This record gives sequence, C-alpha cells and structure tokens, in this order.
Amino acid sequence: MTAVPVETGPKSSSERGALARARLLRGLLPAMSLVLVLLAIAWLNPRAISYFGFSLMLNLAIPIALATIAQMFVIAGNELDLSIGTFVGFVGCVTATWLKDAPLVGVLILLGSIGVYALLGALIHLRNLPSIVVTLGMSFVWQGLAILILPKPGGKAPDWLLSLMAFKPPFVPFPIIAALLIAAVVHFGLMRTSYGVILRGSGGNEAALSRAGWSLLKTKVVLFALTGLFGVLSGMALIGITTSADANIGNGYTLLAIAGVILGGGEFVGGRVSPIGAVIGALTLALAASPLLTFMHIPPDWQVAANGAILIIVLAARVLISRKER
Amino acid sequence: MASLRLLLAKPWIWSFIGALLVWLATIAFTGGYGGGGMITAALSLAVFTVIVGVGQMFVITLGPGNVDLSLPANIGLASAVAMKVMDGNDSMIAVGLLAALACGMAIGAANYLLIWALRIPPIIATLSASFIIQSIDISYGRGLQIKPPPGFASFTNWQIFGIPVLAILTVLFSVGAAIALQRMIYGRSVLAIGQNIRAAWLAGVNVGRIRFLTYTLSGALGGLDGALLAGYFRGANVDIGNEYLLASIAVVVIGGTSVAGGKANVPGVWGAALFLVLLLTMLNTFGVSAGVRLLLTGLIIVGVITAAGGQKALR
Repeated sequence: MTAVPVETGPKSSSERGALARARLLRGLLPAMSLVLVLLAIAWLNPRAISYFGFSLMLNLAIPIALATIAQMFVIAGNELDLSIGTFVGFVGCVTATWLKDAPLVGVLILLGSIGVYALLGALIHLRNLPSIVVTLGMSFVWQGLAILILPKPGGKAPDWLLSLMAFKPPFVPFPIIAALLIAAVVHFGLMRTSYGVILRGSGGNEAALSRAGWSLLKTKVVLFALTGLFGVLSGMALIGITTSADANIGNGYTLLAIAGVILGGGEFVGGRVSPIGAVIGALTLALAASPLLTFMHIPPDWQVAANGAILIIVLAARVLISRKER
Repeated sequence: MASLRLLLAKPWIWSFIGALLVWLATIAFTGGYGGGGMITAALSLAVFTVIVGVGQMFVITLGPGNVDLSLPANIGLASAVAMKVMDGNDSMIAVGLLAALACGMAIGAANYLLIWALRIPPIIATLSASFIIQSIDISYGRGLQIKPPPGFASFTNWQIFGIPVLAILTVLFSVGAAIALQRMIYGRSVLAIGQNIRAAWLAGVNVGRIRFLTYTLSGALGGLDGALLAGYFRGANVDIGNEYLLASIAVVVIGGTSVAGGKANVPGVWGAALFLVLLLTMLNTFGVSAGVRLLLTGLIIVGVITAAGGQKALR
C-alpha cells in the first residue's frame, strides 16, 4: 500500500525475461499452493486421493467458492463486503423455508435481495459512503432477517436442489466439475468481455473511466448485483449440501471469502482480481481448513491457527516473488 | 447563535444528538422511569467500546486499508492472560493488568511486523494474525474458570453518585488521546500519514515508526480492554471480545472519523459508543425479539452513515 509502482523506462531484454518469469510465477502461485496442499494430503493419507475422497473433502468447497467469487466482484471495484457471510446465511434460511414451501415467493425474495445489493451499490456510489461500514450495518440486517425467518435451526432444502447437489458424474467428482465451471464462466465474463474490462477498470482508475464516458454508478451497481447473485448461489448450494438451515450457518464465510480472494492473487485496490485464482484460493482454504489438518492430527484447537498460517506463508511467498518483479 | 452553529458544524455532535434522542425515546416509553439508571448502565458498557474505539480510530486514521481486525481475538486472549496472572489474588491486580497490556502490545507489534515484512494490506495481516491468536486463546484458556480478584471486580463496577469510576477514568484517557492526536507530534504525524503518506514521508515523518507505534497502541488498548471486561463480567471467555470487531469500527465512523484517513476526532467515539449502547437498551426496553433488534440496529447504522454522508477522499 505504501509503495507505488514506478515506471522505470525501457528495460533490457534479459530484464524483461526475468520480469515475465516473475509474473508467471506470481500467477501460478495460487495453483502451486493448492498442489502443495494436495501433495501433503496424498502423502499423509493416500486413500483420500480418490473419487470418493475428493467428493467428501471438497463437499463444502462449492458454496465457499461461490461466496469467494461474490466477494471478488466488490473487491474488483475497490470495495469490501463484510456482510457476505450473514447474507449467505439469510439466503440459506429462505432456501430451506420459502423456496421449498412457496417457490414463487422464495424466488421473489431472493431476486429482491439481489436488488437490495444493487441499491447498496448505488447508495455507496451516490453518497460516497465507506462500503466497510455500510456492509457492516447490512450484516446485522441479514442476520436479523435470517433469525426472523428461522428462529431455530431447521427447514428443509427443496428436493430439486438436494438432487442437484448430490449429483454423481462419472470419473470426476461433482465439486471439481462445479469449481471448473464457476471459474470458467466468471473468467470469461470478467476477463474476456469488454464490459468485464470496464468493471475491472472502475477499480483500476475511476477518473479515467469516467472521463472516457462510462457511468461509474452503473459499474458499481452491476458489481454489487453480481455479488448479490453469487451470494444467493452460495447460500443455495450450501443448503443443498447441509439439507437444513440455521441463521448462523454462513457467518464464517465473510472472512473466508476475503482470504480466498487474496490467496487467489487478488489485490484490495486497483481492480486486480482473478476469478480462476479466487476459485483455487477457495479450494485451497476448503482443503486446508479441515481434511489436511485432520490427517496431520492437528487438534481442533489449532485448526483456525493453521488457516492463518497458510495465509501468511502464501503471502510471504508472494512477497519473495514480487521482489523479483520490481 | 454563532457558537451554536459552530457546535453543529463539528462532525461529532451528531452522534451525541443521536444518543440523546434514543435516550429520550426510551424514557418516553417507560414514562420517565429508569432514565438515570439507564445512563449509568450505558456509561459502564460504553467504556469498553470507547477504549478499543480510540485504538481503532488511530489505526483507521492512518489511511485507506488500515484497520485492526485482530481486536476481538486480542481482547479474548488478554482477558484469559489477565485472569490467569491475577489468579483471584488482590495483590496481583497490577501485575495482571501489566501482563494483559504486554500481551496486547505484543499482538499489535506482531501485526505491524506482518504488514511491514510481507507488505500485505493491514486487513489481511490482522485477519491472519487473529486466526492464530484465536487458536492460542482457545488452547490457553480452555476450561479457564478463574474469577477475577474481588478487589478488581468491585473496582470495575465501582460507582460514585451513579457515575461509574471506570467511565471517569476513560474520559480522562480520551482527553489525553485527543491531546495526543491534535497537539502532539505523534498525533499530527498520524494525521499527516492519513492525508498523504508520500507527502508525510517527504516532510520527514518517520512513517514506519509511527505506523508501528499506532498498531502497538491499538493492540495495547485491546489488551487493557480484555482485562477490564474480564473484571466487569467476572471471568475470561474466548468470545468476550467478539462484538468489538463491528463495534470498534462502527463507533469510529459514526463518530465522524473519516474512513479515508487523515481526519479523526475523539469525542465522536464517545458519542457513538453511547448511541450504540443506548440503542440496544431502547430496543430491549421495547421488548422486540432478537431478530428485530439486529434488523433495526443494522438499518439504523446504515441510515446514520447515509445521513452523515461520506467525505470525498483527499486525493
């Protein structure tokens, strides 16, 4: 945050080669951390590396990946969403009650909640509000609504959702297919389409974008609506796996999602995000969170610490690589 | 009239007006009953939010991206450390407080070490640190059921004419913090860094040292808060600091400190802390359910920040 990259003028070809290598290394870092975690699991418990093992270990990876993608959209616009966890919980409660009992009402509520996200984007832009505080307030709102809908744990996921999440494709476990699909769709939308470039540009250089005639209000609204959309998908996927809901079910996702985005090579400012990296980051966290630690016989007390340590190690590795990049 | 207008121009006055309105609404509901007791209770609870709020305020003033997310874990660990060192023994109170302070300072220093060494955003650094601190606390404080020394417990609950002594001390501390912020080189440097870190550096401010001091200060205040909370609530607890993550950030912003950095004020932290505590008391008095209470708290925070409006960042 302190160091501003300075243009250093023309570089010799060998320097440029080193630079390209460092960039490549940096881009590969999220994938390398995932491979490292996988190798550790394979070494500790070879039997886990199987169709069944992956289905089991990556069970909760789909909702985490979707929540991470949701967080990634706001981060692309230089904002932060501290309410995504409670929002996922709220969506979960709606899914387990309204969406099953009165599908039409349920769909309307979920669409409405995406609309609320879009409105928040507009509000944050028009009044120039700090997103941290607005979403902090919203986290209370979603939690309150979730408790009102489902005062105690219960409800049941709609059958179609249950059968979707229990889908067992041949050869490749469903979570891996889902992760690939999510990464591919979002990568195409945000990195390969022209409006995706505009969306990332709103985080990169607001002033330039607005002088070029693009509406910053619109980009912010779109980014927040996309966050809402993926938040809804995450909540639904979560309930499809857990089958019933609880108002506090998503609370841990806020910090997990931020960590996933950063682990995947995203930056807080400048519109530098990577959808593929974010999904890989989420998978790494999902695997490192419990399967790896269980195989390592780390007591539950220290599992949270291990998450923190993994984050720090990956970021330290990134610093070492970035130093070459400069 | 002119002085009134001057007063209304202060960014912190709105949080006090909000607190006053909430208090009036509550005693209108109870028919004037319990108004005094409500202020006493609000003061004793607001103290804990103010102490961490001031630490968070200095951190946030350092500029965009600076925030201390490790406060809840810090408070939890320090409360356990304080209780273990004091061990229910009146003669160990001072040592226990010092131990909690040292624990908090160590956490703050470690936070800055991560930020500096890994050059990562403070949000991620303090977040990763808080994961680790939380685990240390779970492991260290497991089954910890040490009561605070009787002298310490009664000190944290001590009142003179309905005014908690802890609140008086915290007011004195806030005055000190305000002087440090506005009149001392340290505070001016924090403001300068928040306004433009490069300009501050060029003007000869030792940016690294000031940031290190600020994170250490925030950590130390978190540690102190943990010890006091354990005294007030008669025991340490892993979750004792949980609500102070949101509360510490909320009081800073509602109090009129700029999230973009470089602009801070201490009175607003008090006003906002009283506002939040009184708001909860009001909703409890009205007898609303937990869900409605959360919903209204959230809507009011969003409403207040929308009404107060954000300031344009200085760049």
